[in-house]
Amino acid sequence: MSEDSVTIEVNGTPMQARKGQMLIEVTDANDIYVPRFCYHKKLTVAANCRMCLVEVEKAPKPLPACATPVADGMKVFTRSQLALDAQKSVMEFLLINHPLDCPICDQGGECELQDLAMGYGRDVSRYSEGKRVVKDKNIGPLVQTEMTRCIHCTRCVRFGDEIAGLRELGATGRGEHMEIGTYVEKTMTSELSGNVIDICPVGALTNKPFRYSARTWEMVQRPTIAPHDSVGSNMDLHVKGHTVKRVVPAENEAVNEVWLADRDRYSCEGLQSPDRLQAPMIKQHGEWHEVDWEVALEQVHDRLQAVIDRDGADELAGLAAPWATLEELYLFQKWLRGLGSANIDHRLRQHDFRDDDVAPAFPWLGESLVDLEHVDAALLVGAYPRKEQPLINHRLRKAALGGAAIMAVNPAAYAQNFEFAETCVVAPSQMAQTLAAVAAALVEQGAVAGDALRGLINNVSVDDQHRRLAEALRRADNATVLLGVQAQAHPEFATLRALAGEIATLTGARLGYLGESANSSGAWLAGVLPQRGPLMGTTPGPGLDARAMFEQPRRAYCLFNLEPERDCWNGREVIRALTQADCVVAFSAYDSASLREYADVILPLALYAETAGSYVNVEGRLQSFNGAVAPPGQARPGWKILRVLGNRFDLADFDYDSAEQVRAELADAITSLRPGNHHWQLPGSLPQAAAGSLERVTRMPTNSLDPLVRHAPALQQTVDVADGHAHMHPDTAARLGLAAGAHVRLQNDGGSVELPLALDDSLAPGCVLIHATHPDAIELGGWFGNLEAGGR
Amino acid sequence: MSESNESIELSAHVREQIDAWVAKYPPEQKRSAVLSALREVQHENDGYLTVALMDAVAGYLELPKIAVYEVATFYSMLETQPVARNSVSVCTNISCMLRGADDIVEHIEKKHGLKLGESSADGRIYLKKEEECLAACCGAPMMMVNHKYYENLTPEKVDEVLDALE
Repeated sequence: MSEDSVTIEVNGTPMQARKGQMLIEVTDANDIYVPRFCYHKKLTVAANCRMCLVEVEKAPKPLPACATPVADGMKVFTRSQLALDAQKSVMEFLLINHPLDCPICDQGGECELQDLAMGYGRDVSRYSEGKRVVKDKNIGPLVQTEMTRCIHCTRCVRFGDEIAGLRELGATGRGEHMEIGTYVEKTMTSELSGNVIDICPVGALTNKPFRYSARTWEMVQRPTIAPHDSVGSNMDLHVKGHTVKRVVPAENEAVNEVWLADRDRYSCEGLQSPDRLQAPMIKQHGEWHEVDWEVALEQVHDRLQAVIDRDGADELAGLAAPWATLEELYLFQKWLRGLGSANIDHRLRQHDFRDDDVAPAFPWLGESLVDLEHVDAALLVGAYPRKEQPLINHRLRKAALGGAAIMAVNPAAYAQNFEFAETCVVAPSQMAQTLAAVAAALVEQGAVAGDALRGLINNVSVDDQHRRLAEALRRADNATVLLGVQAQAHPEFATLRALAGEIATLTGARLGYLGESANSSGAWLAGVLPQRGPLMGTTPGPGLDARAMFEQPRRAYCLFNLEPERDCWNGREVIRALTQADCVVAFSAYDSASLREYADVILPLALYAETAGSYVNVEGRLQSFNGAVAPPGQARPGWKILRVLGNRFDLADFDYDSAEQVRAELADAITSLRPGNHHWQLPGSLPQAAAGSLERVTRMPTNSLDPLVRHAPALQQTVDVADGHAHMHPDTAARLGLAAGAHVRLQNDGGSVELPLALDDSLAPGCVLIHATHPDAIELGGWFGNLEAGGR
Repeated sequence: MSESNESIELSAHVREQIDAWVAKYPPEQKRSAVLSALREVQHENDGYLTVALMDAVAGYLELPKIAVYEVATFYSMLETQPVARNSVSVCTNISCMLRGADDIVEHIEKKHGLKLGESSADGRIYLKKEEECLAACCGAPMMMVNHKYYENLTPEKVDEVLDALE
């Protein structure tokens, strides 16, 4: 027996425990149930509900199991008369003010209070006085409040403080008048806010869009994987009939712990959007006709074959979204390669493809999600994980609270939920310079750089912030450099990748990528790339990448599960190319006016809950799931559509009976493949910015990420959507002669828009931030570059 | 009540006072000064706090706003609604009650046309709700007016004190 181990006895059974552990942790680990409301294993101990009172030998009164540390030889009784009497008394007090409205309460049937009242409550209340009533609060579109039901366990308050890092809820007032709320009317802005629903033991905080729409016993639970960010959170779909009614997290300590980002929780509303496509459609003489699958697929065959016969297969290009399943992505490229085209890509938001031939096998985190908790230092480059991968941010936050130095080089000092050690706020054109300066600072501090790097950094000016940043990375035993979503969309991504890689090498840090979407890693492995086949296989080509296929317009395009104008780096140019093409085949879940404009054949596609499939998360973890509900109307899972198309084009090896069979061609290799990220190519010189210009910065708002989330109504009411404003530092606005509340005209050679000005001192001077997916953002073309500005 | 958009700055005097309190605690325990800070701010703002003022305190002490609201709503000496200029608390706990505190309260209520917890129409007197023992039982019945104790009260003595208030 080790020194930190003690032996205690619970209900006569001896058990081992770690010194300092709370009693309730030991009983939980040994499957001895102690009732509780305020205790939650991921939160600090409050010990305020008193439900977990147990008898401890020699203690004069019952003790709360959640706040009683174990001691050697302790004898505990969880079901003795003393313990039960104490628990029943606590229950009686808790019920004094709790309404008897279980029949109309959404929590009914899955309520911890209801369950425990069955076990510990009296049949009839001895309390005949009036119950208190608490006014409801409106805390936003996601969480419904019914505060009269609150039992003041403060789990939600502690969650805000300790997990969300954003204390929005609190207990105001005193005694009988104490209330949980925000005090002032305020919308919760945390990207993890929905988790308060799960931790609330009563019906005080419930799922707002789900409200009153189903009872827990009417629903079946189906496991699945979250379809948005690259974490791959495990979750359960709650299905009633043929409808996904709601989503809850499934526990997986290695991935999402017990949490779920709001985007993953609430996007299921998008499955039932009225915009869902119900049947295949073809355009003939400018008119749209619903047709059956047979006709639609024949049309795809005939129209594409005509282009191939006339202009060659190189006139065909395919773009698939990185949120499609691994099986869909694999078959998509297999089909297009079978047709003879290598113009295949999934990197919708990348613009710089210069180093494609040296890029890693697949860009991934370079470590496990759990490893992130243990870093001593991390440098984020063009990354905002709080809004892009909330549960990666949660791991980094834990590291920071433990003393790690989390640092960033970003175009803005984004609002964070923990303290960053350093943030270099620089315009996009200065990001490469900044990284070069950090590398130069490392060399100053004694690191040995190769000739190529020395040549690149010998003229950059180094300031103290660069030196502090360099020092923190250098001193850390366990450091990582992470390239985020904005870095990957940066027009000089290859340069940023190389410099970040060099910094990682000089400091012994790991280089990693923060993927944007559920299958950002999987799409590489599936071979949806112009330069590589599946599993890094060689391929004839290289074909045209996601940028070149529109800059050099093709005669035919196949689009898989995306809204190209919103989802691509330069929506304006993409639409132009699509409009001039002879044939555009769109595999799409949603109908839209613009889709009808440029498409010729539309194939209705099933979404994540409606198909079997897999995602490969940012740490290379392959996670598969089954369909839980049938797709609407005649929509079909993508892998089935692609299989039939393969057959229709008489391609070899296209006889699959299940998604598993498709997966089998990749799965073994994926589970063992963990290649290094240390692949880059140093450029000959650093990019030089044009002086005095206004630089455009684009950020994809959390809840605009992909078509599914864009069709989820409650998420669209949050603040994390494209606001159509021109965000500028006050100094920049002043330089342009713009006052608060003004409109600003922004133009470049292809477009001109007028946007309301929003002053934001977190932004780098000289920049204007416009959220992606807004029509005006699309009108302005590419995500980065120079703009000209004027007042109205 | 909704979130305030206006942000206001604390006065130089209040900031000086808060700094003096902050200095009494370890640097990482700035929040310990929140009670004193709110008292100073309330004192300068005719005896009550506004959301904007509480937000300013939160900003100054680097606390979540809700943490300041929690404190302000918990303590009975902090007011979150506008009240009259002078705060009058009549102890109604047992010693004072036995010595006629209820009559004193009734007298004040009648004379100034208000109830416990209300302010007089002329903006002079705020009669605090249910003040518990202020530890002056030997002089029961007693009241506190703007932090000053008055003991062995009679209706005449109460009138004398209250009429002298500005």
